[in-house]
Amino acid sequence: MKKLLLAAAIIALTPLPAMADRTSYKPSNNPTFKKECGACHMAFQPGFLPANSWELIMDDLGNHFGEDASLDDETTSLIKQYLVKKAARRVSGEPPLRITRLRWFVREHNHEVSSRAKKKAGTMSNCTSCHRGAERGYFDDD
Amino acid sequence: MKIYQYLLAPALLVVISSAAFASSPRSQIVDFYRQQAGEDFSAERGKQLFSTRHDGGKPETPSCTTCHTSSPKNTGKTRVGKPIAPMAVSRNADRYTDLKKVEKWFRRNCRSVLGRECSPREKGDFLTFMINQ
Ligand code: HEC
Ligand code: HEC
Ligand code: HEC
Repeated sequence: MKKLLLAAAIIALTPLPAMADRTSYKPSNNPTFKKECGACHMAFQPGFLPANSWELIMDDLGNHFGEDASLDDETTSLIKQYLVKKAARRVSGEPPLRITRLRWFVREHNHEVSSRAKKKAGTMSNCTSCHRGAERGYFDDD
Repeated sequence: MKIYQYLLAPALLVVISSAAFASSPRSQIVDFYRQQAGEDFSAERGKQLFSTRHDGGKPETPSCTTCHTSSPKNTGKTRVGKPIAPMAVSRNADRYTDLKKVEKWFRRNCRSVLGRECSPREKGDFLTFMINQ
């Protein structure tokens, strides 16, 4: 019994490593990033993707998920520097290009999301449609 | 009488010079394209550019209306669902007042929709259409 309690206590006290800081992604306070990367969708928090992912995205803005999102060289390198500095830890394998394909994202959104909410959002990249506080870093609201 | 003349002269100067510089940021942008194009613009051609389904661009964005809707007076939507304020100047007085912004979006959106940059004439036609809307 003692052992069981101990085990339960350990489980309760151990933060799930990948979940720990996920509910409140720090909102960005970089005005250039917020303006330029928040024009077509919300400015996704830099902490959602690792540095090598941001590098790939910033190096190919002319072919950005089916659109041209190009910027002048100076702005591009400014934003790239910022994102790389604030990025998530590296993951093994190919750098992911989408937050919405990350394993935790798929797991978190697989069952709990109603088809009505999905239809209204149009695309899973439209975080703010379901998470009203997304830009402020809150995702556990609904 | 004398004293009035002294007062009148500077007042006139102010009136004349402000008339000379009255051209707004928007008409300066149109003038910028007119100098490059070397010809007059047509709102009718601008409307065509706006409404036509083009080939050659990215499959996701066949037309300006894909995001800006079929009427410039409507609020549009990006492909991720973010609202876009109306393009018609009558509905949105902030439109086309910053050359850097205008150039950035012409470059991107013409490449996405037409697969190439728009010419100065096309840009001027488009702005003329939107200013008349
Ligand atoms: C011209 C419009 C536009 C601009 C500007 C733009 N994006 Fe995007 N972005 C898109 C579109 C469209 C998608 C794809 C959305 C979808 O698949 O539903 C996208 C998707 C993304 C995704 C993947 C989202 C997912 O599904 O996980 C990331 C990351 C991203 N953009 C980052 C950026 C960054 C960083 C910038 C600033 C340098 C930026 N975007 C600027 C249009 C834009
Ligand atoms: C169609 C609706 C929908 C869209 C779009 C959506 N989510 Fe979610 N999300 C949910 C639901 C429902 C949950 C599970 C319930 C909860 O925890 O809020 C969830 C959970 C989450 C969680 C876990 C929250 C927690 O409590 O730990 C995060 C983080 C998250 N979403 C981030 C995002 C991001 C980032 C985007 C955009 C790239 C996004 N979501 C787009 C509906 C959505
Ligand atoms: C994929 C979506 C999309 C398509 C397609 C699109 N636009 Fe846009 N456009 C935008 C967004 C987003 C903005 C910036 C948001 C804003 O200014 O409100 C914008 C802004 C502009 C601006 C700048 C307006 C200003 O106030 O300075 C011009 C000019 C423009 N678009 C022209 C065009 C033309 C011409 C086409 C067709 C060849 C086109 N757009 C097609 C999404 C689109």
